[in-house]
Amino acid sequence: MNARRLRVSAIAAAVAATGLLAAAPALVARESSHGSIERGRYLVYAGDCAACHTDERGQLFAGGRPIPTPFGTIYSTNITPDPETGIGNWTSDDFYRAMHEGVAPGDRRLYPAFPYPWYTKLTRADVDDIRAYLSTLPAVKQANKPSELPWPFSMREVMAGWNALYFKQGTFKPNPQKSAEWNLGAYLVEGAGHCGSCHSPKNFAGAPKRDKAFQGGYGEHWYATSLGGDLHDGLGQWSVDDIVRYLKTGANARAAAFGPMAEVVHDSTQHLDADDLHAIAVYLKDLPPHETGTRSASANNGNNVDHDRLARGRGVYVDDCAGCHMDNGEGIPGVFPPLKGNSVVQAQDPETVVHIVLSGEKTAVTRENPTGLAMPAFDWKLDDQAIADLVTYLRNDWGNHGAPVDRDKVASTRSTIVAARTR
Amino acid sequence: MATKLPPVDVVLVGFGWTASILGQELTDAGLQVLALERGSFRDTVPDFATTQIQDELRYAVRNELFEEPERETLTFRNSADQTALPMRHLGSFKPAAGAGGAGVHWNGQNWRFLPTDFMMRSHTEQRYGKRFIPEDMTIQDWGVTYDELEPFYDRFEYLCGISGQAGNLNGAIHDGGNPFEGPRKRAFPLPPLARSYGTVLFDKAAKEAGYKPFPCPAANTSKPYKNIYGVQMGECTYCGFCEWFGCGNYSKSSPQTTIFPVLLEKDNFELRTHMSVTKVLLDSSGKRATGVIYVDPQGREFEQPADLVILTAFAQHNVHLLLLSGIGKPYDPTSGQGVVGRNYAYQITSSVDVFLNEIVNPFMGAGALGQAIDEFNGDNFDHGPQKFVGGGYIALWTTGGRPILQHHLPKDAPKWGSGWKKAMADNYLRTVSIATHGSVMSYRDAYLDLDPTYRDEYGNPLLRLTFDFHDNEHRMSDFLTDKAAGIAKAMKARDIHVKQRKGHYTIVPYQTTHNTGGAIMGTDPRTSVVNSYLQSWDVPNLFVVGSCAFPQNAGYNPTGTVGALAYWAANAIRTQYLKKQGPLVSA
Amino acid sequence: MSFVPSRRRLLKAALVPSAATVVPLRFVPSAAAESVAAPGQFPFFTAVEFTFVEAAVARLIPNDELGPGAKEAGVATFIDRQLAGPYGRAATWYMRGPWRDGTKEQGYQLRLTPAQLYRTAIADVDAWCSNQKQRPFAEQDAAAQDTLLHGLESGDVKLARAPAKDFFQMLLQNTVEGFLADPLYGGNRGFAGWKLIGFPGPRYNYVAEIQQYGKRYKMPTVGLLGRDGSRTRES
Repeated sequence: MNARRLRVSAIAAAVAATGLLAAAPALVARESSHGSIERGRYLVYAGDCAACHTDERGQLFAGGRPIPTPFGTIYSTNITPDPETGIGNWTSDDFYRAMHEGVAPGDRRLYPAFPYPWYTKLTRADVDDIRAYLSTLPAVKQANKPSELPWPFSMREVMAGWNALYFKQGTFKPNPQKSAEWNLGAYLVEGAGHCGSCHSPKNFAGAPKRDKAFQGGYGEHWYATSLGGDLHDGLGQWSVDDIVRYLKTGANARAAAFGPMAEVVHDSTQHLDADDLHAIAVYLKDLPPHETGTRSASANNGNNVDHDRLARGRGVYVDDCAGCHMDNGEGIPGVFPPLKGNSVVQAQDPETVVHIVLSGEKTAVTRENPTGLAMPAFDWKLDDQAIADLVTYLRNDWGNHGAPVDRDKVASTRSTIVAARTR
Repeated sequence: MATKLPPVDVVLVGFGWTASILGQELTDAGLQVLALERGSFRDTVPDFATTQIQDELRYAVRNELFEEPERETLTFRNSADQTALPMRHLGSFKPAAGAGGAGVHWNGQNWRFLPTDFMMRSHTEQRYGKRFIPEDMTIQDWGVTYDELEPFYDRFEYLCGISGQAGNLNGAIHDGGNPFEGPRKRAFPLPPLARSYGTVLFDKAAKEAGYKPFPCPAANTSKPYKNIYGVQMGECTYCGFCEWFGCGNYSKSSPQTTIFPVLLEKDNFELRTHMSVTKVLLDSSGKRATGVIYVDPQGREFEQPADLVILTAFAQHNVHLLLLSGIGKPYDPTSGQGVVGRNYAYQITSSVDVFLNEIVNPFMGAGALGQAIDEFNGDNFDHGPQKFVGGGYIALWTTGGRPILQHHLPKDAPKWGSGWKKAMADNYLRTVSIATHGSVMSYRDAYLDLDPTYRDEYGNPLLRLTFDFHDNEHRMSDFLTDKAAGIAKAMKARDIHVKQRKGHYTIVPYQTTHNTGGAIMGTDPRTSVVNSYLQSWDVPNLFVVGSCAFPQNAGYNPTGTVGALAYWAANAIRTQYLKKQGPLVSA
Repeated sequence: MSFVPSRRRLLKAALVPSAATVVPLRFVPSAAAESVAAPGQFPFFTAVEFTFVEAAVARLIPNDELGPGAKEAGVATFIDRQLAGPYGRAATWYMRGPWRDGTKEQGYQLRLTPAQLYRTAIADVDAWCSNQKQRPFAEQDAAAQDTLLHGLESGDVKLARAPAKDFFQMLLQNTVEGFLADPLYGGNRGFAGWKLIGFPGPRYNYVAEIQQYGKRYKMPTVGLLGRDGSRTRES
């Protein structure tokens, strides 16, 4: 990982060393004549605000989208400039307080489904720019929907306690021992990008475990793989260019974005400049390999996986998957993701790969990759045992390693999907 | 009373290949385009998913992806002294319904016509004399040349990612390709597909017989391919379920796999499905189209105004609409006057089944995986001694081995009983078939008009088809069949079964969906419906695009030429018509 | 000849035992160990009709040394389900009049849907048998059944209402369909039809195998619902 650190120019390194970078890390190409609105627009892409603050058939940024949390559903709010139902009447201090402290006007505490624990890192200048852009949107009159959280979570005062325990408020502080580019990447990932809100494991209270940052977590019924350096279920095999390509186009030779991540790529990362994406990649490649607690030496060579299961799983694979993912599991790079060496397939929690076998998915649609190739659903065709056998096989052939998957895991994933669909 | 809707720049009637091409090209030119499709929207996932698409009964036998005669059909008779009766269920040809049209379910056999094909009348007269052409054979020159169409053939091929081997590059003949093809400017976008055993055996036998076989150009991708619009396609895996089925892994060229991802996202494009266009509206002068009438699933009528109306439905449906709308003078076979419905043509096919000793695994295949010879197509050979006009290619296709419809049994095999079982067991894995694919000329007595008796669900008269094979076609087809039998014999099989096309044209067994003519293009409004740019002579803001434009049919599958004509028309609209909206050719 | 039901014909038909009248259930025990479907549970056929069809398909594709025939493969069940569905109703066909006999080039011009053709023809065949002083078709021996089927095929057997040749062609076509369609539709049970001919079922990747010339493909037979050839989908 150290070898991957980018060599920055001497001047930038010197600047970093003096800590003068403590002010807003320069986002590439933003110091333009367009000023703060254009910069704000870009930051809104980076923060992926539109995804949550726009309902499926609703108007842009007018809120109303249901956000599932482990504690119940909350609805995103209207952040258009409407004075009654939106944030038109907020001052810039109000807006900054919401982003930085998680508190809305009237001392109303926000739930961390709104990722203020990450947005807290944004500088005041950046937050002001975001506000400047949002103020240019058409005002939409749409009242906010009340959240559907059971007591006591319905009481926002509860958040005071949660914040006290789990929320570390504060603007991003560059690490003087890292390059300017690394710091830029850190600012984007830990701040606007709020990647940890899915990719970090959370505790029982739904707070991210800081000591296990980016080691895999859950987002909207999907398991988001570790972004750490593990070779099997992290980014250990990915190059910086792989990461950049993935974020820009939705696919690379190793993987394709689908589910919520396809949305992230479509709404957010495909709009970021190559240099910013490169900085993100540099930062991510510097994450250490994580502890793979359930992985043991014996699982690593598949010895404790039943051979009959593997044979049955292989049968399902040849019958149902080889048409796209090919006989050797290598798919077509950039088109149908390889399953060989795939970090989603080998993830500690196989929830995502089970989910996608059940429901199918469409890959990200981006400017560079407009096709939106899709995988069909197999829920009607394969029963729980067949999928369990299949996924166990996928996790243990072609050099892959992963714990076997049992039928109950498939059954529970199936019912989660059904429940989400019938909402 | 039809509800009048806000106007659009362009309305496209039907949403298959030609509509997708014109939609893409005209939206790129900044126009606001609306496509009206009477069928449903369909896409690779979920409609053609690998999980369920290889279902022969559902798609090939019960015809799930095709038009339902209950909703749209025609009446048929061989000759005018008969009463035409409805085609009550699909048989000889199977038009599509739904987004993507026949582009979804075709095999992907993609050809260019020969340079001489476009000059059928003048070339034939010049080489063989005026009297070589029978008096009732109404063949014509197209009004466009191969050279003019070449860049547009190229564009369609690079849209699709055609897999093939060039035989004529800028006049230089290259081994391994079709030595008879018209000159192409550059190679195919993809190399040929992998060879199946059947095509290898044919190749060997054809060479021994002195011919120059070559891999058939295929709209099945031999490699992953990103096309001219940046749309990504997969790679064919030879699943053997091409024709009648959608492709589940993005490796058959269709509007879905080549155009939809970019077209459907555009702000200036809209698609309305389940809307049936029943009429093109004209203003009081009769020289200007004002829009179309369409009917929704509830039976409510809507008037859709548009500046430019383009008929992009399947061939004969375009003709039907012209007749129902009173556009152009309907053809009268007795007087020979009139143009709409004139010069209907089709394809004449035959085959030779070859029963080998070797296992050839017919179920491994692709829709356009074949090896062909073109020595007997077009005017590639001297017709003088033959005394017929036309020709066709001879090919061994290995498109699949679907059990119900794609098994071949020797001539004397019992039709049922234990003898049938034995014949099936002995032959299924070891049989290939050589196909001849012959041209059909146009004739005075082959035409489309409106039926006097039978009506559709809207109360409109059905289209009536009057058509039969003539002596010319039979002689030509027998000639090809004979040549095919020669190659079959050289394959040293256990047995061969020569199946000539005999007797009258029948609407019952499937042959091809290569219906052509009825709204033909030409240089003279007295003998054509549209001009060289597929613009209506009568109504300059109406274009009619499809194989209905062919003055007669050639000895190749039509889609490549249909695609080229669509690009050619789109180009004419963009570069000429939009500047000055009027006739592009003076009558 | 098109089917024009005259009052007289209908009345005459009513006088002979037909499928519509109640007759004691005649179960012809088959050579195979199991019957494919329990009587009285048919989506379209009556028990008598089902027995007829099962007997007919057993002759069209017999059980023999090459393997199971159409009866064992559940083809009667297949046809039953097909006739109960849109195919049986001719849902996608143009079934508007006027009705005329056509040339053979003009194809199917019967007013009858497939379901109606079967129902009418089955009753007609048994009526014909009765008129000939024969037992109902399903109770005849194999040779006699073959003779009768040949007669329908050639048109030598003239039925009271249904056109014999049209009925035979439809029955034969549906029998082949049922023997060779995916087993999810109720026929081709245990992949009997596919195993006979060597079709391995729907798979999507032959990239490696297509160039292994002359080599038999050895993967187990599979259907759309998997490798269990007895799995069907009620539809």
